[in-house]
Amino acid sequence: MQGAIDSTPAAPGHEGAAHEEHQDLRVLGLITFLASEFLMFAGFFAVFLVFRGSHVQWPPEETEVELLLPAVNTLILVSSSWVINLGTKAIKKNDLAGMRKWFGITAAMGAVFLAGQVYEYMNLGYGLKTNLFSNCFYLTTGFHGAHVFIGLVLILGVLWRSRRANHYSDITHTGPEMAEIYWHFVDVVWIVLFSLIYLLTLI
Amino acid sequence: MAQAEVSMKPTEIQGGHGHPDKWKWYDYFTFNVDHKVIGIQYLVTSFLFYLVGGFMAVLMRTELATPDSDFLSPELYNAFLTNHGTIMIFLWIVPAAIGGFGNYLIPLMIGARDMAFPKLNALAFWLNPPAGLLLAASFFFGGGAQSGWTSYPPLSEITANLPQTLWCLALIMVGTSSILGSVNFLVTIWKMRVPSMAWDQMPLFCWAMVATSVLALFATPVLAAALILLIFDINFGTSFFKPDAGGNVVVYQHLFWFYSHPAVYLMILPIFGIMSEVIPVHARKPIFGYKAIAYSSLTICLVGLFVWVHHMFTSGTAPWMRIFFTISTLIVAVPTGIKIFSWTATLWGGKIRYTTAMLFAVGLLSMFVFGGLSGVTLGAAPFDIHVHDTYYVVGHFHYVLFGGSVFGIYAGIYHWFPKITGRMLNEPLGKVHFVLTFIGTLLTFTPMHNLGMQGMPRRVAMYDPQFADLNQLVTVGAYILAVSVIPFYFNVIWSWIKGAKAGPNPWNAMTMEWTTDSPPIIENWEVLPVLTHGPYAYGMEQADQVGPAGEPLATPRS
Repeated sequence: MQGAIDSTPAAPGHEGAAHEEHQDLRVLGLITFLASEFLMFAGFFAVFLVFRGSHVQWPPEETEVELLLPAVNTLILVSSSWVINLGTKAIKKNDLAGMRKWFGITAAMGAVFLAGQVYEYMNLGYGLKTNLFSNCFYLTTGFHGAHVFIGLVLILGVLWRSRRANHYSDITHTGPEMAEIYWHFVDVVWIVLFSLIYLLTLI
Repeated sequence: MAQAEVSMKPTEIQGGHGHPDKWKWYDYFTFNVDHKVIGIQYLVTSFLFYLVGGFMAVLMRTELATPDSDFLSPELYNAFLTNHGTIMIFLWIVPAAIGGFGNYLIPLMIGARDMAFPKLNALAFWLNPPAGLLLAASFFFGGGAQSGWTSYPPLSEITANLPQTLWCLALIMVGTSSILGSVNFLVTIWKMRVPSMAWDQMPLFCWAMVATSVLALFATPVLAAALILLIFDINFGTSFFKPDAGGNVVVYQHLFWFYSHPAVYLMILPIFGIMSEVIPVHARKPIFGYKAIAYSSLTICLVGLFVWVHHMFTSGTAPWMRIFFTISTLIVAVPTGIKIFSWTATLWGGKIRYTTAMLFAVGLLSMFVFGGLSGVTLGAAPFDIHVHDTYYVVGHFHYVLFGGSVFGIYAGIYHWFPKITGRMLNEPLGKVHFVLTFIGTLLTFTPMHNLGMQGMPRRVAMYDPQFADLNQLVTVGAYILAVSVIPFYFNVIWSWIKGAKAGPNPWNAMTMEWTTDSPPIIENWEVLPVLTHGPYAYGMEQADQVGPAGEPLATPRS
């Protein structure tokens, strides 16, 4: 049946692009999936907003959030989105060393973000069970942190695989591309989360 | 365009040129990436869960045959009630209609060799059996989840905690399965149609699956969010849904129904797709209103996301919200009515063959009109407040789910069984099955409306003796339904082994899946087909020159 594939009517201009076409499908699949996953965070955000709207004092006095560290963290995460983009740009120009450099920096920035989050958790002085606000706070930021961790694993996986000869090139770069898209997703969710949970407390 | 290179994948896994023509029996019990194997895996497991859920229903109806609680303990009754609903929705109708038919038919209907992501597809299926095992296990650790399939807090937080957690995890698993499946369906339909097939030449089942997938993608993660919060409330001491600590139980209802109302359309949209395939084939007529049916699926998908509050009219919902959600709910009846009209118009003047598939399709039409109309009455807030949480609601949703979804699955099985197995189902036995199912459905679910109007509450094991007569009638109907599956299961097993050979196209259908062998070879076609006529071009002079609704095509695209 393998031979039969060759005889399939193909659209003109696509004969040589066969491999890349397949990779596009994976990117499309990832974007579709992330659109869905965004809705899960939307559910958490909706819950947060409902509770915020129905409580006079929000966040309650003893559970206010720290602002400086998360702001720095935000800066790191948001700029890492730009760094990872430099990485995929590099591989699209066949610059493997450049890709590994930028992806390495992104991974380091992601790790710093996670470490910062853990430090924040340890120094806030209240836990998951303290009150409704802390419930919401730890659940949303925790779930986001888990997603950052998955993104980190993806980036490290790309770096690990990039040691193979000719694994990534200007034609085959779906892996780095998907890691980048996932990283942007994590970033976008964080921007919404940061605005809702941290910035809105200022108002 | 993409099908050639994507199809290489399963071939490679099977060892390139050396792969077999047919799968061995044990391939169906392993992590297989062929969409046809996965489709059959979905169908067979869901039909097994159908028996489990049905068994629970029969036990509950036995309990309800008398007003007293003398057959099941209250805890066991509640556990059966919860798990009957959960299994029937999440492990029977959804996997059968979406996973089973969707996986089996979509690549065949659009001329692809497999789904876009075969491994992801297999993973999506293999999330289902463990979910079923979690539900089964919950019976041995604390007597099963007992708070109804909706699991509203605070009830779900104060009854049997461990089984409730297992229940939540099971639902998250089937939800993940459904999201992964939807990603696969959407990308496959979007990118992997044969180059000659334009969007408007695609079979209507695929259109229905597009709408279903979009709905599943947007609604399911919200349920996951609700269940995660519930798990944290039960196990980790948070208080999202604990009013005494500032939480809010109605928030759970919003999140739950934001998924679970669209889930109703997840269970019926694929069935609408099956109807749109079965009716034209057996009426030998082009489908009436191809575009109307396709677009109405998308309309249902869109409007269906904005009606969830009609489940919560009695939860302290503000009057302005009741008005908004009453109107949006009633609007859903319009695209549904368009479909019903189109099918009826397709039947009109057709050379109808009264095959079992057609009988179930027509049976569905009658049942669904009734169930749909009782849905319209429930969509109106004033009436809903009157019959809320009574057997009227139970009657309504069983009419649409049994008379709709289950009839549709049966119609689909009778229609595509020759394609799936290469053998015909026994028609006389099928007709016995249809008659028993039809009578059983009428007898079981019609009196429930009367019971509800008279005020019998749902979810109870004991009731006032004044409801005894009608309840006995319902129980008799339930027994008939239980008996009705016997000829069906016998028919399927016997015909699969010994049935008459079907040949590639026993119904003389026009859609693409009938252009390959029955059962299809491993990569579906030796040479991928080229679209020469629309999927419903019946009775045309030059069948190869017409579009889906029978209109001539300017030039066949190839």
